[in-house]
Amino acid sequence: MPGAALRAVSVSARYDRVTALDAVSLEVGDGECVALVGESGAGKSTVLRVALGLTPIAAGTIETLGDDVARVDPVALRRRVGYVPQDGGLLPHWTVAANAGLVPWLTGDPDYEARGRAALATVGLPPDAFGARWPGTLSGGQRQRVAFARALAFAPRLVLLDEPFGALDALTRSDLQAMFETLRRDTAVAALLVTHDLPEACRLADRVAVMRAGRLEQVAAPGDLVRAPATPYVAALLARARLGERPA
Amino acid sequence: MSRRRRLAGGLAAVLLLAGTRPVMAQPAPVAPGAPLAPIVVGSKPFGESYLLAEMFAQVLEARGLAVTRRPGLGGTEIVFPALTAGAIDVFPEYTGTGLLVILERPLATDPLEVFATVAAESARRFDVRWLPPLGFENTYAMSVRTEMAERLGLRTIGDAARAVPALRAGFTADFIGLPDGLPLLRRAYGLAPASVAALAPALKYRALVEGDVDLIDAYSTDGLLDRYPVTVLRDDRRVFPPYDAAAVVRGATARARPEAVAALTELSGRIDVVRMRRWNAQVDVERRPVAEVAREALAELGVVADTGEREPVAAPGDVALAAYLWGRRDLIAALTARHLWLTLVSLGAASVAGVAAGLAVAGTRLAEGVTRAVGLLQTVPGLALLAFMLPVAGIGAVPAILALFLYSLYPIVRGTVTGVAQASPQAVDAAVALGMTPRQVLWWVRMPLALPVVMAGIRTSAVTNVGTATLAAFIGGGGLGDPIVAGLALADSRQILSGAIPAALLALVVDVALGRVQWWLTPRALR
Repeated sequence: MPGAALRAVSVSARYDRVTALDAVSLEVGDGECVALVGESGAGKSTVLRVALGLTPIAAGTIETLGDDVARVDPVALRRRVGYVPQDGGLLPHWTVAANAGLVPWLTGDPDYEARGRAALATVGLPPDAFGARWPGTLSGGQRQRVAFARALAFAPRLVLLDEPFGALDALTRSDLQAMFETLRRDTAVAALLVTHDLPEACRLADRVAVMRAGRLEQVAAPGDLVRAPATPYVAALLARARLGERPA
Repeated sequence: MSRRRRLAGGLAAVLLLAGTRPVMAQPAPVAPGAPLAPIVVGSKPFGESYLLAEMFAQVLEARGLAVTRRPGLGGTEIVFPALTAGAIDVFPEYTGTGLLVILERPLATDPLEVFATVAAESARRFDVRWLPPLGFENTYAMSVRTEMAERLGLRTIGDAARAVPALRAGFTADFIGLPDGLPLLRRAYGLAPASVAALAPALKYRALVEGDVDLIDAYSTDGLLDRYPVTVLRDDRRVFPPYDAAAVVRGATARARPEAVAALTELSGRIDVVRMRRWNAQVDVERRPVAEVAREALAELGVVADTGEREPVAAPGDVALAAYLWGRRDLIAALTARHLWLTLVSLGAASVAGVAAGLAVAGTRLAEGVTRAVGLLQTVPGLALLAFMLPVAGIGAVPAILALFLYSLYPIVRGTVTGVAQASPQAVDAAVALGMTPRQVLWWVRMPLALPVVMAGIRTSAVTNVGTATLAAFIGGGGLGDPIVAGLALADSRQILSGAIPAALLALVVDVALGRVQWWLTPRALR
């Protein structure tokens, strides 16, 4: 399937002697959103790291935007992929507009700041009010919006998100989730979303991949997952999520 | 004269190392008709050494020789290597010091024999020439209150050991521990004080006459001996080595400049202990300028006629500190400028090198090791570092700056390594994931974010540097240490303050100025 934004085939990776990924095969189609769900240490973030060439793989093949990660310049590759971490990861000494325009700046675009300001508008931050401010003066939700603007300012085909809503209060989280859905609809960007929150995964993703101890337990559309959990672990995860959803 | 022999106790090894390795190139033979280099006269940092060196200088000048003065260099461990390295040509030394400290020979007590040994051995091992002694000895003068001496009939050290019940001794700190100090007295005279207090040299006499202690280790040419009702006990068993004063000349200088040797030898055998004590009192007690006392002394000896010229000097002792400082404002300004220069050159070099080294190792496995290694430099005592530097860099500003540079590195390297390591890891991770190269991460993310910590390190270094730079005086580097060292040597607190107060103010000013630089360099968002 040549149109895949991301394709992992039997990828294994280890940190020192600990196996982080064990023969993981996964595909994110063009415009598709796949959520990676699992507990801490399951290997979710490692999938993102190997996709960006930040962690080498021990076996298998991983292709990002059609390129074999092991064979291309990782720095050039990273500049073609959007990335949103949990805590914004903004440069505290750059203005909001400059932060949003980081990747155009890296690729030598002289209008990087204008690109950043344009991207701010798409995440609900009026550029005139926010462009010249410092990240330290923003709320957590606003900072996370800037991180989204930064990831999308160069109209990438693929964005990788590492717990992007994890550190936010419930109200802000729901606002940003809605914003993310709007962005996806408007840009048709493919997304690989790492989250430990199964309801969130089911709400936002076209398909959900459940990971446990470096292996994929099940990959399925949210409805199929809920109807037919493939393993007792997935079933337990679903049961726990339902308990959590119930008002106390 | 243990304080004279060992300014810092554990430096015998340094002396040995420095003294036995004549690293410095010998100057080329002077072509006929070429202008002759000035004779460089050095001294140690205490009054009598200043005075004798000034007398040497004036005799040489009176005989038509150009002279450069380098007074108040550190103890034997600095002055003697300075001589063998060719940084100075002559300085006053004592035969006992030559025997025990420079040559590290066993104790001997016959003055002629000691002089012969010291002269022959110094010539053979160091190519250093001892001119015939000046005529007086400056040895330990174990002293008691005259009232007690008369009441108990004390004449010798042995008398005191026998007759004084519950003897309370007050000695200089190093005399208490050195094998040729108190332990020697215990062995030779059975001296067993009930208590031993460590006293600063300037305080000993007062402690004795006021009855706080019963016995002190005075020096036989101390100007203060005549001023207090104290009696010197005879060393009838001759347990101390002779400490005959003499001019010590570099061999190469002695051969190339016989006229200098001839001029200096005019003082040999001319100075007796009574005269020396009187002249020392002029310097140490009456606070008269060394140059003036030297001029009068040479006139008294009939060696150089006194021209009667006098520099205008404020009446000694009773001028208010503020007026004293104001009267010396030009000198203080010049010393401060020199001090600032020493600090800025060494600190600037250390900042460049320290930040570069810190950036090179930050985040690698080398970081901790390199930082600790630089930190070890910090633990070398200041004087020892200067002494190590001497054979390589001579005396003057170069070794001072080199030593200050090494001292300044640690806080800067530490600040850089820490600052870079702690710079917002989330921002660094995101920047890398979005395609910054390692170099871009360093330059655009880590360095700007590390800057406040790096600058804190540089400011710490700067304040320490201003203080440490006062040690430059011990090695002829100049700066505000000059009046501090001279003031300490001459027990002149106003002179000490004339160096210490500007040094303290300078440290404040440098810190505030660097604070402005830090503010200006710090990214706006982080101020």
